[in-house]
Amino acid sequence: MSEQTTDTPPEQLLSISLRVNGVTRTASAPARRLLSDFLRHDLGLTGTHVGCEHGVCGACTVLVDGQPMRACLMFAVSAQRHEVTTIEGIGNDPEKLSPVQQAFTECHALQCGFCTPGFVTTITAYLEDNPDPTPEEAREAISGNLCRCTGYQNIVSAVCRAAEIRRDRADRTEIDQSVDLGTTDGEGEGSA
Amino acid sequence: MSTRQFGERVQRREDPRLLTGNGRYLDDLGLGALTAAFVRSPHAHARIVDIDIDDAWEVDGVEAIYTWEDLTGRVAEPLPVLIPHPALTHPRTGYCLAKDEVNHVGEAIVMVIARDRYLAEDAAQRIRVTYDSLPVVVGVESARAAQTLVHDDAPGNIAAHLLQEVGDVTAAMAAAPNTLTLDLEIERSACMPMEGKGVFARWDADEQSLRIYSSTQTSTGVRAAVAAKLGMPLAKVECIAPDVGGGFGVKIMHPWPEEVLVPWAARLLGRDVKWTEDRREHFISSSHERGQLQQVTVGFDDEGHLLALDVQFWHDNGAYTPYGIIVPIITATQLLGPYKPGAYRVEFWSLFTNTVLVTPYRGAGRPQGCYAMERTMDAVAAHLGLDRAEVRSRNFIQPEEMPYDHGLMFQDGRPLKYDSGDFPASLAKLKALVGWDDFAAYREEAAAEGRRVGLGIGCYVEGTGVGPYEGGHVHVETSGRVNVATGLTTQGQGHQTVLAQIVADELGVRIEDVHVTTGDTRRMAYAVGTFASRGAVMSGNAVALAAKAVRAKALRIAADALEVSADDLQIEDGVISVKGAPGTSIALSTVAVLSNPLRYAFDESSKAATQFAGTFDPDKPPVADDEEPGLEGQDFYSPTQATFANGMHAAIVETDPVTAEIRILRYCVIHDCGVMINPMIVEGQVHGGVAQGVGGALYERMAYDESGQLLNASFMDFLMPYASEVPHVETDHLETPSPLNPLGLKGAGEAGTIPVTAVIASAIEHAEGFPVRSMPISPSELWELRRKHAESPVPVPAQEGSR
Repeated sequence: MSEQTTDTPPEQLLSISLRVNGVTRTASAPARRLLSDFLRHDLGLTGTHVGCEHGVCGACTVLVDGQPMRACLMFAVSAQRHEVTTIEGIGNDPEKLSPVQQAFTECHALQCGFCTPGFVTTITAYLEDNPDPTPEEAREAISGNLCRCTGYQNIVSAVCRAAEIRRDRADRTEIDQSVDLGTTDGEGEGSA
Repeated sequence: MSTRQFGERVQRREDPRLLTGNGRYLDDLGLGALTAAFVRSPHAHARIVDIDIDDAWEVDGVEAIYTWEDLTGRVAEPLPVLIPHPALTHPRTGYCLAKDEVNHVGEAIVMVIARDRYLAEDAAQRIRVTYDSLPVVVGVESARAAQTLVHDDAPGNIAAHLLQEVGDVTAAMAAAPNTLTLDLEIERSACMPMEGKGVFARWDADEQSLRIYSSTQTSTGVRAAVAAKLGMPLAKVECIAPDVGGGFGVKIMHPWPEEVLVPWAARLLGRDVKWTEDRREHFISSSHERGQLQQVTVGFDDEGHLLALDVQFWHDNGAYTPYGIIVPIITATQLLGPYKPGAYRVEFWSLFTNTVLVTPYRGAGRPQGCYAMERTMDAVAAHLGLDRAEVRSRNFIQPEEMPYDHGLMFQDGRPLKYDSGDFPASLAKLKALVGWDDFAAYREEAAAEGRRVGLGIGCYVEGTGVGPYEGGHVHVETSGRVNVATGLTTQGQGHQTVLAQIVADELGVRIEDVHVTTGDTRRMAYAVGTFASRGAVMSGNAVALAAKAVRAKALRIAADALEVSADDLQIEDGVISVKGAPGTSIALSTVAVLSNPLRYAFDESSKAATQFAGTFDPDKPPVADDEEPGLEGQDFYSPTQATFANGMHAAIVETDPVTAEIRILRYCVIHDCGVMINPMIVEGQVHGGVAQGVGGALYERMAYDESGQLLNASFMDFLMPYASEVPHVETDHLETPSPLNPLGLKGAGEAGTIPVTAVIASAIEHAEGFPVRSMPISPSELWELRRKHAESPVPVPAQEGSR
C-alpha cells in the first residue's frame, strides 16, 4: 500500500427531492446514484432490499406513482418529483400490518424475509387493479419476483388471502361509517 | 390450562418485523461506514506478475488499497482447512488476497476501501494486474484426465481419495444372477440466497475490541477464526449474525476472505468498514455444489433384491478444499437411502478444478447420492420388468430392524446408524397420495389425447442434527419477560418462533413473553452453527433443557415463598400455583425478583428482594451454597450421533411430444422428520426445498467454458425458478419420533431438496421410455436424447399399476 494524494475532483452532487411515503425528502447525491441506494443509504429506508442489481429478482421493487418499479434500474434523479412508496410506506408498524403484510404472516409466505418487501409492494399494487384474483392469476402476478426460501406456494396463498382481508377491512370501514351515520345498513360488497 | 404451543401452527414471531421494513440485514447496518470493493481475477488460472495500484489512488474518497504484500501476521497466511480428514491428503486453501497465483475466476486480489461503494469500484477499475496465464482445468473429466494440474503439488488433481467397503463386494457381485452398470452425471448449482454475503466490522479503539457483524451461518466460528487470524484475545472479539437473507450452506463456509480482511482493515484504519457482496461476486467467488460423475454397478436377484452395490464417483471440489471432504463423504454414505444394499463398496476421488470452490449446498452431497441410488433402483426394476415402487419396497430396511447400523462412518466421524423410520408406511402414504396404482390408466388416457406423461419416484434418508453440541440460555426478567439465547444462527427457519414454542411449554409461560436471540456471541459464546438440518434438534433440545433447569429453580424459590413442597406446584401462563388450590400462587416475575437478593431497590417490584423486606430466613445465606442469583439457567445438548429423517417424493411430469418442454403436473411429498414443533414451518421448509430441487433438476447449472469463465453469472442467465416454474407441492407427514433426544425431533431443513433431481429424472424416463442418466435436463437436451434413442432405441418397460 502506498500513500498518495488524490487529484481527481470530487463527484458533482445534485440535490434530489422525491416524495417518499407521502413526505418530501431531499438529499444530495451524484447523478449515477441508483434509486435503491438513494433510498437505503441516503434516506435510511433500508426496507428496500437489493438482491441482484440487474432488475431480475425484484427484491428492490418500490411503487413509483403507484406502479411497481425496480429501484435498482432507476437513477434517483429520475425519480425526482415523483411519488415513491417503499415497504415502510405500505406499513412500517409491526402492530399495524397492511392486508398484504397480514396475509403474509397468516400464510407463512416469508422465511428469511429478504425478498419479501419486493413481493409486498408488487402484490399491493396488483390487488389495486385485481381485487379478486384466482390462485392461477395470483401465481402469474408474482412470477416476476424471485424467492429462494418459500417455493412460492404460500405466497400464492397470501395473495388470495390478502384480497380477502382487503375486502373484510373495506366492509368493516363501511360498517363503521354507517354506524357513525346512524344507519343500520352495514352490508358491503364481496364479503369473504 | 394454558394452550400447548408445541406441535401447533403458530404464526411466526419474526414476521411483523420483517414484513414492515424493520428487519436489519447486514447492509442495513453501519450507515456511513467505509466500504470495501475487490479486484477479482478475470482468469481461471494464472500467475500474478504485477499489480499497479497508482491510478486507483487518483479517485477522490479512496482510503486504503491492499494487496497480499500489505497483509500482516497470520492474515497473510493461507486460510484454514476447517475439517481435516486423513483421506484429504492434498488439502489446499487460498489466501485472503491472492499470493502469486490465482486458481479461479473471481479470486480476490486487491481490496479497495473508499467512502462509498461507487468510489471503491471506480478505484478498483483503475487497478492494473498483469498475469501470465496458465493451463486451465474445468470439469470432472478434465480434472480426472490430469493432463494439466490445478496445483503443481497435487498429483492427478486429487485432493482426496476414500474407499469404504462393507462385506465382500467382489464375491457378492460375482455370485449375483443379474448385474447392471450405470454411468451417471450431475451438474453444479449453487445456494443463491437472495442476500449475498456481507461483513461489517467496528473497531473500538478505547476498548481495543472488535465487533463483527456477518451474514453468516456460524457467528462463533467467524469470531474464533478472526480472533486467531488477527492475533486477538477471544474476549476482545464479538460476532453477531443480524437478520440473514438466506444461507442454504454457502454461509457456513468460513472464514471467507472478506470476513478476515474487513475486520483487519477496520482495526488498521480505526474506522467502521463494510463489504456487501454483489450478485456477480456471489456467482464467481462464493461456493457452488453438486458436480459429480458416478459409476454404479449393482448385483441383484430375480426378485430385485440387491446383493452387491459398487459405487465409484468423481467429485469436483473446485480450486480449494477449506471445508474438507464433507460433501463427498455424505454422498458416499447417504446414497444408501432407506435400502439394504447387500455388500457395499464406495470409492471416491475429490478433484481440483480451476473453478469456484465447492462446499455444502442444501442437501450437501445427498441429492447426488440419492440420484445414483434411485437411478439404480429404476434400472433394476426396468431390467426385471417389475413395479418400481415394489423393487424399492423389497429392499427397505424394516421398522423392526431399527436401529440399523450400515457399518460405515458418517460425516460426523461416527457410525452411520439409523435411529428410526417406517419406510413401508411412508411408501404406502406416497402411493396413496400420488395415486400410484391408478397411474397406468391415467397414462393411457393421456396417450389417447396425444400427451406424454410419466411418474417418477425417489426415496431418501437424511442424517440430521449432527453434533457436537448447541447450548441454550433462559433468563426470566423481573418483568416476566423471558429471554432465550442459543448460539446457532437463523436464515429464515423461524427459530424465534419454534424455540419460543418449546420454552413457553417447558417453562409454563405465554409465548408472547418469550424472546429468542440467535447467533450473537455476546449472548451465547458456545455454539457450532446452522447446517445439516440441525437447528431444531440441537438448539430445540438445548433450550428445552435450559428451560427445565429454570423451571426447577423457579419451583424451589416459589416453594420456599409459599411454604409448600415444590412437587405440589405448577406453572401456567407465568403464574406458579398450588395444584388444586389456584388461590395460593406467586407470579414468575415475583420469583425472578426473589431469586436475586438485593441491597438496593431500583423499582417498586424489586423492593421485595431487599434486605429489610423480611422475606428471608435469617439462618440461611441470601444465596444458598448450591444456587446462583437470578432466575436463569443454561444447558447444552450433545448427542451421541445424528438422527435420521426420511422422505419419499413422487412427481408426474408431462413432456411435449414436439418441443420436449417438460412440465411438472403434480409433486407429492411424504416427509418424516420425527415430531414436528410447528407443522406450518416444516411444510414451508419442504416447499422451499422442493423449489430448489426443481431448479437443480430442470434449470440451474454453472456454465463454465473451457477457459474457466462462468458464462451465466447473473440472474438473467442462471435460471433460478420463478413461481411460474415451481409446482404446487402436496405434502403428507409421518411422525416417527427420534429415540435419541427428549423432544423426539429430527431435522427438516434440507429434506425437500434431496430427492428432486432423482424424482424428475425418474418421471422423464418413465414418460419417454429411455434412460435419463444426466441431470439437470433441458428441453433441448431431452430433444437430443430423443433423437439419439430414435436411432438406437433402449426401451425401458413401464410396469406400474395393477395388472
